[in-house]
Amino acid sequence: MEHATDEQLVERLRARDEAAFEELVHRYNAPLLRFARQFVPTASLAEDVVADTWLGVLRGIDRFEGRSSLKTWIFRILANTAKTRGQREGRSVPFSAFEEGEAPFEPAVDRGRFLGSGSWGAPPRGWPEDRLLRDETRAVIEQAIADLPPTQRMVVSLRDVEGWSADEVRNALELSETNQRVLLHRGRAKVRLALEEYLMEDT
Amino acid sequence: MSIGVAHLSCREMVELVTAYLEGALPLGDRMRFENHLTACDGCTMYLEQMRRTIELTGTLRVDDVSPEALAKVMHAFRDWQVE
Repeated sequence: MEHATDEQLVERLRARDEAAFEELVHRYNAPLLRFARQFVPTASLAEDVVADTWLGVLRGIDRFEGRSSLKTWIFRILANTAKTRGQREGRSVPFSAFEEGEAPFEPAVDRGRFLGSGSWGAPPRGWPEDRLLRDETRAVIEQAIADLPPTQRMVVSLRDVEGWSADEVRNALELSETNQRVLLHRGRAKVRLALEEYLMEDT
Repeated sequence: MSIGVAHLSCREMVELVTAYLEGALPLGDRMRFENHLTACDGCTMYLEQMRRTIELTGTLRVDDVSPEALAKVMHAFRDWQVE
């Protein structure tokens, strides 16, 4: 399907074009909802946050300057809306969590699986392909992502669920290149481990 | 530690997987990484499983909007249109 460019959509929205807005909602409502869930405790609050975000988009579109992509701009509005809402509801991801800092080192793989020399003692074994494709496996992944610490969860959700690029995630979450990669790595390593535990449990 | 010819242990390898997949490893490290892979089934399997994990995670994406949610948002749009 041919997608309208950001510039075209912005121009049409400013002209109050309903079809342009509907296209935007189709494109981003689902990822916005998933993203909002990271900040607020219930699905219905997330829906409210997304509805408020769309209002923010409409009210702000005349002032949108195109310095970031339209997508990044919309997700920033969501983050701000959700932050306010989350604070009111007593749950929010502290944005200080995104600030640069030395996070303690977390090994991707439990140290006990390596020998003293650093070689594998208990290497990963092949996964049964037939089980990989079951719905249950997807539920395991979903749960593993939900269990991640907030910043890892956001990075994994945006990169691997939504398919954003590293740069888009860095801009939206204001992360350095290294931090983005470290958070992604730790998050992915935990999702892999959850899959391994599930897939190998009765072998 | 002999820099340059240092060889990577499996324990170090697993920490470099994301950087490798992102194409963010400097050339020397990438060559050491790939060299290690040719001789190590455990790390080859680990890398393959990380790739599968990423691929399967991508299947969680659902990109539709419920008719109710769409109707609500479009209603707000029409209010804004006449503001």
